[in-house]
Amino acid sequence: MSNEVVLDLHGSTSIAHDVHHGHDAHHEHHETFISKYVFSMDHKMIAKQFLITGMFWAVMGGLMSVLFRLQLGYPDSTFPWLEDILGKWAKGGHISAEAYYALVTTHGTVLVFFVLTAGLSGTFANFLIPLQVGARDMASPMMNMLSFWFFFLAGIVMLSSIFVETGPFSGGWTAYPPLSALGSASPGSKTGMDLWIVSMALFVVSSLLGGLNYIATVLNMRTKGMSMTRLPLTIWALFFTAVLGVLSFPVLFSGFILLIFDRNFGTSFYLSDIFVNGVGALPNEGGSAILYQHLFWFLGHPEVYIILLPAMGMVSEILSTNARKPIFGYMAMIGSMFAIAILAFLVWAHHMFVTGLNPFLGSIFVLLTLLIAVPSAIKVFNWLTTLWRGNIRFTPAMMFAIGFVSLFISGGLTGIWLGNSALDIHLHDTYFVIAHFHIVMGVASMFGMFAGIYHWFPKMYGRYLNNTLGYVHFWITITGAYLIFWPMHYEGLAGMPRRYYDYSIWESFKQFSDLNRFISTVAMIVFATQLLFLANFFYSIFKGRKLTTKNPWDSTTLEWTTPIKPGHGNWPGEIPEVYRWAYDYGKDGRDFISQTTPVGADESVH
Amino acid sequence: MSTITTTAAPSKLWSGGKSPFNVEYGKLMMWYFLMSDAFTFGAFLIAYGTTRFASNGWPNPNEVFRSFPFAPEGVHAPLVFVSIMTFILIISSVTMVLAVHAGKNMDKQAVVKNLIFTIIGGIAFLSCQAWEWNHLHNEGAWWGANPFLNADGSQSLNHFTNFFFTITGFHGFHVLSGVVINIVMLIMTLMDKFEQRGHYLMIEKAGLYWHFVDLVWVFVFTCFYLI
Repeated sequence: MSNEVVLDLHGSTSIAHDVHHGHDAHHEHHETFISKYVFSMDHKMIAKQFLITGMFWAVMGGLMSVLFRLQLGYPDSTFPWLEDILGKWAKGGHISAEAYYALVTTHGTVLVFFVLTAGLSGTFANFLIPLQVGARDMASPMMNMLSFWFFFLAGIVMLSSIFVETGPFSGGWTAYPPLSALGSASPGSKTGMDLWIVSMALFVVSSLLGGLNYIATVLNMRTKGMSMTRLPLTIWALFFTAVLGVLSFPVLFSGFILLIFDRNFGTSFYLSDIFVNGVGALPNEGGSAILYQHLFWFLGHPEVYIILLPAMGMVSEILSTNARKPIFGYMAMIGSMFAIAILAFLVWAHHMFVTGLNPFLGSIFVLLTLLIAVPSAIKVFNWLTTLWRGNIRFTPAMMFAIGFVSLFISGGLTGIWLGNSALDIHLHDTYFVIAHFHIVMGVASMFGMFAGIYHWFPKMYGRYLNNTLGYVHFWITITGAYLIFWPMHYEGLAGMPRRYYDYSIWESFKQFSDLNRFISTVAMIVFATQLLFLANFFYSIFKGRKLTTKNPWDSTTLEWTTPIKPGHGNWPGEIPEVYRWAYDYGKDGRDFISQTTPVGADESVH
Repeated sequence: MSTITTTAAPSKLWSGGKSPFNVEYGKLMMWYFLMSDAFTFGAFLIAYGTTRFASNGWPNPNEVFRSFPFAPEGVHAPLVFVSIMTFILIISSVTMVLAVHAGKNMDKQAVVKNLIFTIIGGIAFLSCQAWEWNHLHNEGAWWGANPFLNADGSQSLNHFTNFFFTITGFHGFHVLSGVVINIVMLIMTLMDKFEQRGHYLMIEKAGLYWHFVDLVWVFVFTCFYLI
């Protein structure tokens, strides 16, 4: 049985691209370099393209954070080599204020969208959905390919904005007007902002093309027997992620269109009563900068879960596999992800408590925001109870998965603080916020991504990553992540605002100069460790220990029933049929039972 | 094969191996795309609504939209022209339904005929919109310029024209894309592509898009012309 025929109504209908999958792996010999590695329509290759492009952007974004941490940690020192690489942006070896803001802005944009959205769900949705639901490829391989190339193009445009004379956009990754709407507001608001917005528009297209594909594939192309409640939790997570993306990015897109008109065509959607130094009073009347914030955060908040859910799904899968136990509370996991997906759309204004939002409205958003603690806690306890009395295999993937749970708890708890509008008056736009979202969303999702890479690398390349380097990578990264972001809570509680260029000139924040230097030093060590991981990654692609078995982690899911190096079409011959859920570990005295094993006579059906 | 496979009985819609909605992936994607696009328009219209709600006054649409092509000076026909535009678009939806229906019956001639009617309807709508835009532009209305007074006679902000041109323009762009899609469908029909495939499902998907664009117009029309 395969998924060739999906329609009962038109018996003769087959999905066009499935036709040429009939002859299995052999037809790869006919592929050229271009069709196999560049304009590939194989979901596995597209996943690798997303991953490696994401890695490029992770290095770029990480490097930017190192540069601005240099400024924050050593505000009085000069580094002549900075002028060598940054030119006029670091005259005399000291990063200028404009360059600092441009670095912060680009760091945020790149990490949120290019690394943790495209790099994370682009990689793993593409790689895992067809393999784990039992499909030859995505519903539309063509759209899938376009999705990657739109993302690539978005990256090119963003990259080019770094090199324009007035510099990249520097008004923060949220691109609030008037800084983003008025070219005269700052150097980065000129060409840099135009390129930023073009890049983001291309990114929205990429995300839409990808998301539609993921949804259609999960719903339509599951192999025989793969009911929705037999899907691995990775697939559920990636499915909800795709739905969130398809429904929230268009709102951001609308916001951007209005922004483009404000920038270029003399409208005042977001602008009112503005006086620009050197330009004078502007004619714009009656617009509302808050309107943009609503439109932005209607995407911006679901975006947090677009980033987090894939990591949650992969972590569930990896924890269960390596604890040799069924995932605890499978249906509760799905239910809580569903609740998170719904609530994601109903909490956006908690980013706007201090904008002058009606306090009564704010209190409703407080309630809805705190409600997210319920499904989040369900998930955390399910992960912990999955680990409880498990026969744990501490693979690097498992280490990162456990690290994810730790970070999610640590960062999630501060979310309860920030979700309160009264506390938020004190904490808004301080380092407390930076600490919160970096731990719970940034680093946690990076950990989910690392866990996924370590776990599925053997499936991607037929080789293992080096374990020792993996452990070194894990321990330095988790220690470093806590050392970097934990102290920021104290800085934030002391009122230290984010997005300042130089804290040493503020009497109240001088006490933190040593702490800032410490944070910067750890950030550099952690960044260097990520390069170690990249070295491991690329070395192992070519020289890593080869797989000798199809199923290295003794896993139950379908991707491990494919050949060690699956061709385009994934399974030679027929797609296997599925008879059970994805989490039959330690059942009836058996270590694990693959989803493709029929349910025995005396066995309970799950 | 095991003898105990009752749990994966093929009669269950969601048990895998087939589409639970009995649709091919393209139509499923089209539905999700339309949901996505609905959010785009929803965001626009909500932005419009909040801005209008926050404004002190708003021009009276009966005063603004009262011109008619080739009508003599001084003849006021409030909302007559836009009603005709709307009627054209709705009729084009009807012909689209007929085209989809003909496709289900594998009736190529009827598909071609009704697709041509739909394309003509789309182009007619766009032409009307072009005339209306041009007329308003001649009256001094454009992005960033609003010659119309509020209904109470007070000076109006530019929001009225800003939102009008942006949102009807975005909708017009959708109609234009729909016309292009329908022309492609027409060419594919004439080239017997669908006869060879044995089904006219593509026409159905184009039809979904076309109806959606019509539906959006109903909301745009209500928001700008009626309220």
